[in-house]
Amino acid sequence: MEMLQSLLSISLGAILINNFIFSQFLGCCPFLGVSQKVDSAIGMGLAVTFVMGLASALSYVVNLVLIHFGLDQYLQTLAFILIIASLVQLVEMFLKKSIPSLYSALGIYLPLITTNCAVLGVVLLNVQNNHNFIQSVCYGITGGLGFMLAIVLFASVRERLQFAEYPKSFEGFPIALVSAGLLALAFMGFTGMKIW
Amino acid sequence: MNIKQQFKEGLVTNNPVLVQLLGMCSTMAITTSLFNGVGMGLSVIIILTCCNVVVSLCRKFIPSEIRLAIFVVLIAGFVTIVDLLLKAFVPALSDALGVFIPLIVVNCIVIGRAEAFAAKNSVGASFVDGIAQGLGYTLVLMAMCIIREFLGSGTFGGGLLNGATSFLTLDGSGTGFQIFNGEAYGCLFMILPLGGFLTLGCLIALMQYVLRRSAEKKELKEKEGAE
Repeated sequence: MEMLQSLLSISLGAILINNFIFSQFLGCCPFLGVSQKVDSAIGMGLAVTFVMGLASALSYVVNLVLIHFGLDQYLQTLAFILIIASLVQLVEMFLKKSIPSLYSALGIYLPLITTNCAVLGVVLLNVQNNHNFIQSVCYGITGGLGFMLAIVLFASVRERLQFAEYPKSFEGFPIALVSAGLLALAFMGFTGMKIW
Repeated sequence: MNIKQQFKEGLVTNNPVLVQLLGMCSTMAITTSLFNGVGMGLSVIIILTCCNVVVSLCRKFIPSEIRLAIFVVLIAGFVTIVDLLLKAFVPALSDALGVFIPLIVVNCIVIGRAEAFAAKNSVGASFVDGIAQGLGYTLVLMAMCIIREFLGSGTFGGGLLNGATSFLTLDGSGTGFQIFNGEAYGCLFMILPLGGFLTLGCLIALMQYVLRRSAEKKELKEKEGAE
């Protein structure tokens, strides 16, 4: 029962209260880069969720091995980034062989996940917060879902932005950043929310 | 390419954050006090310069098919060195920046400069490029920190200046100089994530405005010269 409670509070925190993008600033690059259209935003969100969940599980095991040999201080960052890079590569090959339709839909966004700081961030935060295996996987998946929620919401806002009027200097990224700020303001409403 | 031009590019015309739009996660996340901004900026300058030099030294031996993987491993090595050094000598900074120091591994500035500049240019030029681009990043961080800190809590130089024992402190205990009563009149949201998005958006807009104006002026001059 206690486990269930902790899982629930982790999920709620990762999706709403401490949303990876709007309150921790992790994964801003793809958030701003791949949010022109809702369709590609959904694809990116799904791929990131998948990789984040898998990376959390794998890195937990690898971290145990590193701790066993007393190397976790020196090799953690290096090991984690290598795990993520090879995982993304594996996912890419697997999708290409078995679900080619999804593979072509994701296109270039798949390899870009390697340099998404949300993925490395979730792995490092798992270590920092002493999550156990199930909590790590849960944090990874719900963190990815939070990312997806943010990017899909933002993409739909951005589609409307095309019809808005704003100063010429704000064209492109600045107006996107300002609207992301307003979304972050909305997400601030969740601060302090608790179930237990 | 001469040094003066490289610095001009790094600081203004090809600024990594404001023009190339790289490394925005850390720019928005950690700029809440001057202490964080300066510390993060210096760490990135060191890592970027080291990486640029090593990549440039090895550029003839690195096979191009696996160059990105090699860059990432190199960067991860330097980041680990800086992370451990900070933990040992400036623990306050390490605590304040937290997960964002190891996250320099996936900071697009470092891998971007390795790929776009160091892999094609001489060691000396890459060294200068590392310092120039790193300084450009640091300047933006400091500007963001000063704006957000001033509007949010009414102080200048939080964590870095006006410490308990000396003017300049590295233990994060400095309270900064109170310019106006932040508790009563400060806008709290500037310190929160919203402030990060807004400040960076306005800075990039300002940069676009300045660059467009200078380009227009240049065009006008050329027209006058032609007439």
